[in-house]
Amino acid sequence: MFQKMPELLNGVFVTFHVSVLAMLIGVVIAILLAITKMNNSKPFCYVATVWVEIARNTPALFQIYMAYFGLGALGIHLSPYVAVLSALVFINAGYLTETFRGGFSSIPDTQFRASRSLGMSSVQAYRYIILPQMLRRIYHPMTNQFVWSILMSSLGILVGMSELSGTTQKLQSQSFRTLEFFIVAAVLYFVLTKLVLFGASLLSRRLFKGDIG
Amino acid sequence: MNSLFTPLSWSDTGYILTGVWNTVTISVVAIVIGTLLGILVGFLRAESNRFVNVLLGGILDVFRSVPLIIQLILFSTFVGAIGHPLGPFVAGSIVLSIYTMAFMTEVFRGGFEGVSQSLQTAARSLGMTYWQTVYHIRFPIGLRAVLPSWLGVALSVIKDSALVSVIGYMELLRTSEQLISRTQQPLMILIGVGLFYFIISYPLSYYGRRLERKMAL
Repeated sequence: MFQKMPELLNGVFVTFHVSVLAMLIGVVIAILLAITKMNNSKPFCYVATVWVEIARNTPALFQIYMAYFGLGALGIHLSPYVAVLSALVFINAGYLTETFRGGFSSIPDTQFRASRSLGMSSVQAYRYIILPQMLRRIYHPMTNQFVWSILMSSLGILVGMSELSGTTQKLQSQSFRTLEFFIVAAVLYFVLTKLVLFGASLLSRRLFKGDIG
Repeated sequence: MNSLFTPLSWSDTGYILTGVWNTVTISVVAIVIGTLLGILVGFLRAESNRFVNVLLGGILDVFRSVPLIIQLILFSTFVGAIGHPLGPFVAGSIVLSIYTMAFMTEVFRGGFEGVSQSLQTAARSLGMTYWQTVYHIRFPIGLRAVLPSWLGVALSVIKDSALVSVIGYMELLRTSEQLISRTQQPLMILIGVGLFYFIISYPLSYYGRRLERKMAL
């Protein structure tokens, strides 16, 4: 059991790694989608809406199957890692688009005009007035989405990815100690999410200097 | 080889529909039980002292911080190991209900704590008993306020019910997976399955967002 710890910790690392990547790429796409949705330029806005609605209204497992088996049928063969990553990116982008849009529209337009009339350029207004406030409001939902990514990357077990769950599955099938290995995996997930939440709250204290709006 | 893989036929519709039915059943069971327990525990958390609160919160936190798929595997292995193996439906319903409860508790606690204290004081001073206040004031106001978030959790349960397939429950995604391995036509079947989830989930989430906007005013 404990001899297998390095392998399990390696699984933890892969889980963390795939979630971080899924989050980073997801955020970038979500910003683009949110901008398209708010600009209302017809064909692109339509694509963004379809993306967001599909991501929000179908199960994560379905997305992973789609990336792994569905694209495979089209001749695009992804490795389990890439399949899980792209499914998570797809979903993260969909959810975060709405978060960003909500965060942006929660800052009243008058603030922008007020900062402009104080002599700021529009870049300055965004940089110093709009974005800091927005970041404060979307910080918490973003942390939640990150934790969700970590938990959902466990579905990699079903397509043979060697993240924490997949590694656990492999180890238990070699040793038949199903219960022990999955209990350890559960503890590792718990610790990982708690560490992430702790890190996020430390970071928020530094970023927002105490007052979280 | 031809006998091994046969194309999709109309008779498969019945098979898929069993999957649909099973997905709907287990989701409804989990949502109903999870909601009732969530109201109960949420109320307990809103009412109880600090010690009980921290304890309950800590326990529920475990269910929210461990992936559902691990919980499912653990539970079904565990009941097997202690000599009381449960069928996939029962085991899946239990795990999914508790998982739902963990999220619902927070939703309802927020609702109950949101009912203003002065309203309760007013009700008490009108001669209502404690339980009358709970029944006539806190429940109606608190429960109504959380309807949009309740809907959000319920929707995620429908989607998460797909994971019960790992312990062998024949829900929609699992039946489709079997059809895929027989017909080797993953794309068409998966798109059909996705469409089904979308058709259930989209109107509800649309309604939820409208409700949220209406209640925010």
